[in-house]
Amino acid sequence: MNPNNSIRFIQGNEAIAEGAFAAGARFYAGYPITPSSEIAEISSRRLPQLGGLYIQMEDEIGSIAAVIGASASGKKSYTATSGPGFSLMQENLGVAVMAEIPCVIIDIQRSGPSTGLATKPAQADVMQSRWGTHGDHGIIVLSPSSVQECFDLTITAFNFSEKYRTPVILLADEIVGHMKEKMIIRKPGTYDVTDRKQPACDPADYKPFQADADGIAPLAAYGSRFIVRLTGSTHDETGFPNSKPENADKFIRHYTDKIENNKDDIVMTKEYKLEDAEFAVITFGCSTRSALEAMDLARGEGIRVGVLQLVTIWPFADSQVRALCSRMKAIIVPEMNLGQIIREVCRVNDSGIPVIGVNKVNSEAITPFEIMEQIREVSKCRK
Amino acid sequence: MPEMKYDDYLVKSRMPLFWCSGCGNGIVLGAILRAFAKLQLDRHNTVVVTGIGCWGKADDYINTNTFHGTHGRALGFATGIKLANPELKVIALMGDGDGATIGGNHLIHAARRNVDITAIVVNNFNYGMTGGQYSGTTLEETYTTTSQFGHIESAFDLCRLVEAAGAPYVARSHVLNVIQLEGFITEAIRKKGFSFVEALSPCPTHYGRHNGMKTAPKMMQWIKENAITLKEAEKKPQAEWENKFVIGKFTDKESVDYSTRYEAVMALAEASVSKGVSEREG
Repeated sequence: MNPNNSIRFIQGNEAIAEGAFAAGARFYAGYPITPSSEIAEISSRRLPQLGGLYIQMEDEIGSIAAVIGASASGKKSYTATSGPGFSLMQENLGVAVMAEIPCVIIDIQRSGPSTGLATKPAQADVMQSRWGTHGDHGIIVLSPSSVQECFDLTITAFNFSEKYRTPVILLADEIVGHMKEKMIIRKPGTYDVTDRKQPACDPADYKPFQADADGIAPLAAYGSRFIVRLTGSTHDETGFPNSKPENADKFIRHYTDKIENNKDDIVMTKEYKLEDAEFAVITFGCSTRSALEAMDLARGEGIRVGVLQLVTIWPFADSQVRALCSRMKAIIVPEMNLGQIIREVCRVNDSGIPVIGVNKVNSEAITPFEIMEQIREVSKCRK
Repeated sequence: MPEMKYDDYLVKSRMPLFWCSGCGNGIVLGAILRAFAKLQLDRHNTVVVTGIGCWGKADDYINTNTFHGTHGRALGFATGIKLANPELKVIALMGDGDGATIGGNHLIHAARRNVDITAIVVNNFNYGMTGGQYSGTTLEETYTTTSQFGHIESAFDLCRLVEAAGAPYVARSHVLNVIQLEGFITEAIRKKGFSFVEALSPCPTHYGRHNGMKTAPKMMQWIKENAITLKEAEKKPQAEWENKFVIGKFTDKESVDYSTRYEAVMALAEASVSKGVSEREG
């Protein structure tokens, strides 16, 4: 192996914390909630060792507020939570969108609604992660399916967050968060770390919301030689309120456009045996693991199945999924909810092929056999 | 840095103030900016954090760094801003609905935690921005647009609340006593640790008009007549002042603020690395 890396046998939540440190995150504010608490515990020990700061706030509302504030002071900042806490964070998540403040919110999904089957897994926050905060906006959501991806995607989450000046959600689940498996902690220098763009102009000319040609405005930190005005209210380039319709229109479109216009960079998928496939499983997070196993089982029976893993959930992989629909006979979408990602697959299914969900909300993981059963069914119909 | 006068901190291009005539917010704003000038605060090292409400618009008129967040959460944002850069002067401006009602939990925890932030709450006894509904400081038996038969809840005594939560500096004044108010604000900003100043302020437009005080002078007069200094109150039986506004400095003590205590945590954490604790614990 690469001598720069170290092999570890750790939990997904540990790998997420390690990924945050590796990305340069040095501020955590949060509120304890299972199944995410290991991220807080590890951060509370490691951040002060790294010269960073851990604080436990009085609730998740205060936690995300502190995370946003710390990022405005120039520290890469993050929080970790689960369903109930993620619900409480939604209003201030909108502040991070509107004031364009980088931060990473880790949601280790558990069964809901409300307290639900507390601490048991689910994948039912897909739509909340997209539309949970009110108002039109774009958002980046990444979903790991393994402990290695927990580490790698946490780094990517911080990088996207800094690059696009936006909150990024790492949407993991209890299964991936609490699962232990072999992974590699990559050593500094072996992966990219992105830091937010700093203004190059004269401090007198600095406007915190004046976008460069790439559509992203440089963000100076509080305490720098620039005066920084940040706000969750509709503002113009200066950060002062501006309620003129043309100004509101411009900025509200900007929050969506800066994400949607960069889909080529942001949307990540992984393909498994799709080259010769007739049937595809489209999946994400923990269900990817069962999908891959089902794929091998099906191929053992002579059914040509491939898997498309959505690593980036939002923005949705429209063109990849549309293209896949055009060359498959049918698509299976397993998810631990009653059908959230499948709505998006159907939205771009211009070819009108059958799209079949495998949905489970009883807190138990979807098994390879349950996916296999559907594969057998569709393969019979199409023969 | 050239010497700063109070209006050097003012965003003159945004004049006139958007608040109603008779509102006390402009008086408190003036007191704050004069305190800034007295302390010669560096605009670049100062962050004014506001919530939502009439007083939450105050940052529009201040040309330091600013953060205008959500209703009730100014202290959450301020906590992150301060802890991530302890060199900053962080001042949170909140109203009674914002800072003490929806944000009440953050207020007591910020006081308990002793983060070096100055919180200035303008208490005008109601939610002015939304048309005069009752807040956590609306007085019993008074009328608002949502207590039309008389208010049946008791009001928070914010200073006693924040004092009990552990803040090292707590004071209350009102807009008729501008010199005292400005002095309290100056001391509070200078104070290391969580400092709290409550400014009682008239809202004739929304609170006064339902309670026989349609004009600003009438509401100012009411505040003045119902105010009693802490010194006077201490000499009298509680029954004589418990329904009055007690004015003065409730607490002013030395304390070790959160960032200073966290430095000790960091030293211990660093020592644990050199001992190999982190390696052992993985």
